[in-house]
Amino acid sequence: MTPLIEVRDLRFQYEDGTQALDGINFTLHAGETVALFGANGSGKTTFVLQLNGILQGQGSVTVCGLPVTKDNLATVRSKIGMVFQDSDEQLFMPTVLEDVAFGPLNQGLTSQQAIEKAIAALKQARMEHAANKAPYHLSAGEKRKVALAGVLAMDPEILVLDEPTTFLDPPAQRNLVHLLSELPQAKLIVTHNTRFAGALAQRAVFFERGKLVADGTVQEIVQRFDWTYSALAPEDLRYLAQRRL
Amino acid sequence: MHHVLVDQWSQGSSPLHARDPRAKLLVLVTFLVALATTAGNAFPTLAVDAALLAAGALIAGLPLGRLLLRAMAILPFSVTFGIISWLAGEHLRAIALVEKSYLSTVAVLLLVGTTPLPRLLSGLEALGTPRLLVLLAQFLYRYLFVISEQAQHLRLAAACREGSSGAHRHGKFRAAAGALAVLFARSYYRAEGIHQAMLARAFTGRFSPLNPLRFGPADGFFTAVIGAMLILARIQ
Ligand SMILES: Nc1ncnc2c1ncn2[C@@H]1O[C@H](COP(=O)(O)OP(=O)(O)OP(=O)(O)O)[C@@H](O)[C@H]1O
Ligand SMILES: [Mg+2]
Repeated sequence: MTPLIEVRDLRFQYEDGTQALDGINFTLHAGETVALFGANGSGKTTFVLQLNGILQGQGSVTVCGLPVTKDNLATVRSKIGMVFQDSDEQLFMPTVLEDVAFGPLNQGLTSQQAIEKAIAALKQARMEHAANKAPYHLSAGEKRKVALAGVLAMDPEILVLDEPTTFLDPPAQRNLVHLLSELPQAKLIVTHNTRFAGALAQRAVFFERGKLVADGTVQEIVQRFDWTYSALAPEDLRYLAQRRL
Repeated sequence: MHHVLVDQWSQGSSPLHARDPRAKLLVLVTFLVALATTAGNAFPTLAVDAALLAAGALIAGLPLGRLLLRAMAILPFSVTFGIISWLAGEHLRAIALVEKSYLSTVAVLLLVGTTPLPRLLSGLEALGTPRLLVLLAQFLYRYLFVISEQAQHLRLAAACREGSSGAHRHGKFRAAAGALAVLFARSYYRAEGIHQAMLARAFTGRFSPLNPLRFGPADGFFTAVIGAMLILARIQ
């Protein structure tokens, strides 16, 4: 079976010379959920933006067997649903309903179909009560859920979520885990939240200065890179204790 | 983010809000042409025009006082030219200039205040405005809000750090100039981000309206009746 996403030797440099990706190899198979870990600025967002051709570097990116090139962009963008790190950028229509219907309309559905899709997606994200609100009047967590609805309404085959849990309160994070675990799509989740990742993903990869340096189970990766916030490391505690003396 | 007032008005619901944007555009054009060709001292005609505007505002549920106040934005310009005409001895023309420009502005505000801009632009496109122009206007409108939102964030951040001492005027000016540069840079990146998000959701360069335009019998009736009233008032 062809993998859903296949990335070979991907390199990318921003205009100012920052080498954000430096030879990435990555494969995502159907039904898989993969967590993407890495320090701030290690290239995670840059990487996911390559998957639907918003940024294009050297190397090859294939989605559902289609190379991500100019001719295939429309198809590829219908197959990958991307929830951005900053929901303010994702919500740009005057009302929530119009915003969620934006994708389906671009896919060529009639208004009636698009509205139905949008309402169903809003229900899935538990945001149907806000359908007629202006997106900028929502709280940060609500914006996140509406952004997710906007992507779900397009019926993508792959979901890419960049930091989906920021701004969500603990119950909303749990809801998101439930919601995502019920969705059949393969998922790629960029997150610093290892518990959230552990609840959804089996596999994890780790980014470091534009390179994918490790691929394994979530547990393995978390342990190997000591990737939890929850407590300070013992040496940090000793240091703090000394300073207080 | 705060929307501009007129944009908020346009989200309301009334018989006037419900009219197809094309009907309203056609009536507006009739109004403007009729007004432009009316003599400055044809007071009965001008009174009918003004009454129609007031009735429109009332039916639309717009606050008449604030509408009239907003329209005064045109006065500094028209009064300046009015004074020039007056000094040149063309008294009638001076009065006409001020009257007509003010009534035209109220009429345009009435249209914009009862039609959400995306719909207004769909209407313009349907009436044959080139697509590029319409798309440009759509982006300008989106990014206007982007810029005003960024400006508000900056102002808030500045207010939080200003403290109570109050900087000198000179320092304030420099800070404001610096903030303006940051504002443009930030707006640019924000706009770029929005554009990326639009592309990610399969945007191909054309906004498809959720409610397609429908020119129904009520719209035809509206256009015919108001248009006839305007023309009759003009030629009586
Ligand atoms: N538009 C840009 N122009 C220049 N450099 C950029 C741009 N966007 C990102 N970078 C740089 O590219 C590198 C990777 O950034 P990226 O946003 O992909 O990191 P990230 O892993 O998503 O970080 P975070 O966890 O903070 O979201 C960083 O060094 C960043 O400074
Ligand atoms: Mg990022």
